[in-house]
Formats: sequence, structure tokens, C-alpha cells
Amino acid sequence: MEKDIVNIGKSVVIKGELNGSEDLTIEGHVEGTIELREHVLTIGPNGRIKAQVFAKSVIVLGEVNGNVTASEKVDIREKGSVDGDIISPRVAIAEGAHFRGSVDMQRKGPNQSQVPGQSPSHPDAKAQGNKTATQSAATTPQRVGA
Amino acid sequence: MGLLDRLASRRPDVGVLVRPADSADQSVFTTKALRQFLSTLTARETPVLLDLGQVIGTNVNFFGQELGCKIFVEDLFRDLDRFVRQDKAEEFSEFLKARFPQEDASIDGILCWDLIDYLDRPAAEALAAQLTRVLRPGGALLGFFGTAQPRDAHYTRHLIVDDITLQYRTYPAERGRQAALLNRDIIRLFPRLRVSDSFLLKNNLREILFRKPT
Repeated sequence: MEKDIVNIGKSVVIKGELNGSEDLTIEGHVEGTIELREHVLTIGPNGRIKAQVFAKSVIVLGEVNGNVTASEKVDIREKGSVDGDIISPRVAIAEGAHFRGSVDMQRKGPNQSQVPGQSPSHPDAKAQGNKTATQSAATTPQRVGA
Repeated sequence: MGLLDRLASRRPDVGVLVRPADSADQSVFTTKALRQFLSTLTARETPVLLDLGQVIGTNVNFFGQELGCKIFVEDLFRDLDRFVRQDKAEEFSEFLKARFPQEDASIDGILCWDLIDYLDRPAAEALAAQLTRVLRPGGALLGFFGTAQPRDAHYTRHLIVDDITLQYRTYPAERGRQAALLNRDIIRLFPRLRVSDSFLLKNNLREILFRKPT
């Protein structure tokens, strides 16, 4: 069964509280608060958000000016831009994305017990690492030293 | 197994993939000070890191997921570019004095990268004063300093591969490095910090690790 996704078009401007119980894609302008606590919020390439955002997952291809809180993941794509603080157990920031603010994955330091179910070797973290670091089996990095 | 041992398992000879240096704008090099810097963070339950450079997703995951850090990404290089473009570089020092909202002694580790090389003296002094203010006693600041003033105007992004390896990529800057500071000038910028480690790498980069006395 296909999930319904609601789209807010480019010409739409919303000021105030926006909340819902389904996945949402925003291509317009929103100021205020966006709450989709159990669903996925996508800020499309034309989306311009000045708001506090709360969602299950947030995908940013446009622009967000405000804090973003996600219970699962925040994903800033290549031309996405976030100025604000992120609270999320998983954060993916593509090369070419803009971000300025704080990131809190709500994990404890290595000398403390890990949060159950969360692994440093998360597939998304590995995918980011592989994007920027690939190895030729025949070569080793050149070691330089003092 | 301690964290630094687990980080060692990410080294290229064991499993983490590293692209070899095959173009003019990316390279891999061994860092000697990073491991000491990381040990400052791993000693804390919820370490707080201040990164003055451009955001790098893999670095965010490295510090956030593996070290449990809260990370402030400041990208001061972007701010500097804006001031240079607007022909207001001389005002950057005043901007820096109000740039950091973090409270005194609230930061466990600061990644200064090579930002200071791109600043004139007043801006370097203003930045150093702010970084000293926000760094907590016992915290560490890692800075990179060039030894020659290159002609090209570019910045460098440093990707953390593991606790002893960095990969760097350059990207355009509005202006180049302003000076190649002498070691004594660098140390004088941070009179309230002490030099914990200092290394000259084969790529002529100086790594200096400062600590704030407790």
C-alpha cells in the first residue's frame, strides 16, 4: 500500500504551527514550528524554513534556519543548508551541504555504556565514510612524520 | 578494549578505506597530535567539541557517534570569506570578539585547523582570546600551521580517517594565508595555554597541541 505524502508547493507560505500525522514534503516557505513526530519531513530544494522542526526523520535538500530534532535521523543532502542545532541519534551530512550549529547525537562517551541498539558502525556512518575514503587494495597511505 | 584501540581497527591496514593521493588537491598524511587531542575527549563522559572548520559529515559522525561528543561546527572560514568579499577584512577581529556564544570554560576540545594562518594579527589575537576563554581547564586545542606562504588562495578540509591519519582536500578561498607564523609568535597568541605537543610533519605542516592548565 502506497503511503500518502503531502506536498506544500513552492508558492505556499505558512506562518505559525504546522503539524500532521503523515509524511510531508515542503517546497514553500514555512515560519514557526513544524511537528511531524512520527513521520518523515522532507525540505525540498525550493523549501525555505525558518522554524523549529520536530519529526521522526528530516531530509534537507533546501534551507532550514532553526533547530531540528529527529527521533531517528537528520539527512542534509548535497545542496541542503541548515543553520541551527540538531538533536538526532543519526546525522548524515553530504559533501557540499552547508551546516552551522551544534550536533548532539545523545550518545555517551566511550568510557560510558553505549545507548542500547546504537552502534558506531551504523550503515549511514559507514556510507559517509566510504563516500570520502576508498582504498586501493594495492596501496597504503604514505606515512609522514617529524 | 579502549576507544583508541577500537579506533585503531579503523586504520587502513586493517579495514578502513583510504583514497591514495592521486591528484593535486587531495592527500593523506599521518598526524601525530590528533591521538593526544582525542584522549582529552575520551576522558570525559559527554565531551564538547568546537570545530572552527567547514562541516565534514564523516568527522561529525566520528566525533558524535564514536566519541559521544556534542559538536559545535562554526565554519569561520566562511565568515572570513564574507568579510574579505565585502572588503571588510579589517573588521574581522571585532566580529570574532562577539562570535562565540559558548560560556567560559565550557569546551573540552577545539579544532582550530589552520585558520590562524589566514588571519591578520588583530584577528588572530581576538580569536585566540576567545578560544582560551571557552576552553575548560584541562581541555585541548589542536592547531595546524604552515611553514611557507603558498601563492594559491585555498582552504583545506581535513577528514579524519582514524586517530593517526588525516585526508585533506582543498577548496577555493577569497584570499590566501596571511603569514607563516614563527613558533614563538604562535605560542604568544595563547599566553594562558601551554604547549603540550608540537610536531613538524614531512608535508611541512606544524601540529601544535595546546592544553589549558587545570
